[in-house]
Amino acid sequence: MAKIKGDIVVNVERCKGCEICIAACPFSVIAMAKDVNSKGYHYAIKVNDECTGCVNCAVICPDGVITVYRAKVAAE
Amino acid sequence: MVEQFAKLDIRKDENIVYKRTDLLVDRPLSYCPGCGHGTVHRIIMETLEEMSIQDKTIGVSPVGCSVLAYDFMNIDMLGAAHGRAPALATAIKRMWPDRFVFTYQGDGDLAAIGTAETIHACNRGEHFTMIFINNGIYGMTGGQMAPTTLPNMRSSTSPYGRDVETMGFPLKMTELIAQLPGTYYVTRQAVHTPAGVRKTKKAIRKAFENQKNKTGISFVEVVSNCNSGWKMTPVQSNKWMEENMFPFYPLGDIKVDGKLVETKATAAKE
Ligand SMILES: Cc1ncc(C[n+]2csc(CCOP(=O)(O)OP(=O)(O)O)c2C)c(N)n1
Ligand code: SF4
Ligand code: SF4
Ligand code: SF4
Ligand SMILES: [Mg+2]
Repeated sequence: MAKIKGDIVVNVERCKGCEICIAACPFSVIAMAKDVNSKGYHYAIKVNDECTGCVNCAVICPDGVITVYRAKVAAE
Repeated sequence: MVEQFAKLDIRKDENIVYKRTDLLVDRPLSYCPGCGHGTVHRIIMETLEEMSIQDKTIGVSPVGCSVLAYDFMNIDMLGAAHGRAPALATAIKRMWPDRFVFTYQGDGDLAAIGTAETIHACNRGEHFTMIFINNGIYGMTGGQMAPTTLPNMRSSTSPYGRDVETMGFPLKMTELIAQLPGTYYVTRQAVHTPAGVRKTKKAIRKAFENQKNKTGISFVEVVSNCNSGWKMTPVQSNKWMEENMFPFYPLGDIKVDGKLVETKATAAKE
């Protein structure tokens, strides 16, 4: 059976660490990195593999730094 | 970067379901982290792209934090003097009636120094779109009180809260201009949740579609956060906005297709 899988890529240098995407994610995929980017902001990272590609995080990100992928894959 | 969680690589162009529109210039936005200005910039640009009208659209940027909107929106733009965007947009739309014209203004710009321009453009029934970012404060200049500042709300010029006895009442510009026959579509939205962003984008789409029929002003207020001016984190500011701004500035359509709607917004108690 095929299942839907999603993935996100954060443009780390453009992320301002506002954390608004965290609450918008229904699957708690996002958290802030301990590291900071060159501007000194903690940036958004994936902390699990539950992403469905719902695009909520990308739609809410004020800086538009999230790219979202979605594909049908064979279930493991 | 080490990818702990990418067991299956689906990061291929054909799988992209969301990416930043090219109509936003590829440079960092000047806004504070979490500020709604960035979100609204993006959904306006997405709307123009989806309508394929980016080459036929002229925007007018204000004075305020979004003074540099012309640096971020990759379309034809003009910068107006403080509050005068509706006057400039009037001239542009009358010279080029086939272009899509919009103003992008904060509450200090649209509802304080630009009150006359706003009201008269709406009353004349000009055929452009106005996008109004209401964060209840003068964000750019350091969080001073605006006409839109809530009763008892603190700002740098009302440090003990806005006392309506001495400082007057907040101005609901959106309800006010909805009464004028020259406005055709008047709505109030917010971009603090994904659902809110989607609804606001639909409203912006409608506001631009209306220009095809020369129906008068389409006016979209976006109640927004100014986390720097409000002295909160972005996440806190969105919560504060829900709890404090929305009761006074209720979300929803106020006027649709030239007719006032009986909504929470129009029925709201003072
Ligand atoms: C003629 C004039 N008067 C005053 C100012 C100072 N000034 C700059 S921005 C601003 C208010 C901006 O507030 P708002 O429109 O709410 O925008 P925000 O920054 O909150 O998005 C003021 C009073 C100015 N630049 N020009
Ligand atoms: S919403 Fe955008 S800018 Fe804010 S933390 Fe998330 S990815 Fe970074
Ligand atoms: S696309 Fe949806 S599920 Fe994936 S990280 Fe973003 S909000 Fe979470
Ligand atoms: S001062 Fe306020 S309105 Fe201006 S960019 Fe910062 S948060 Fe946004
Ligand atoms: Mg303001």
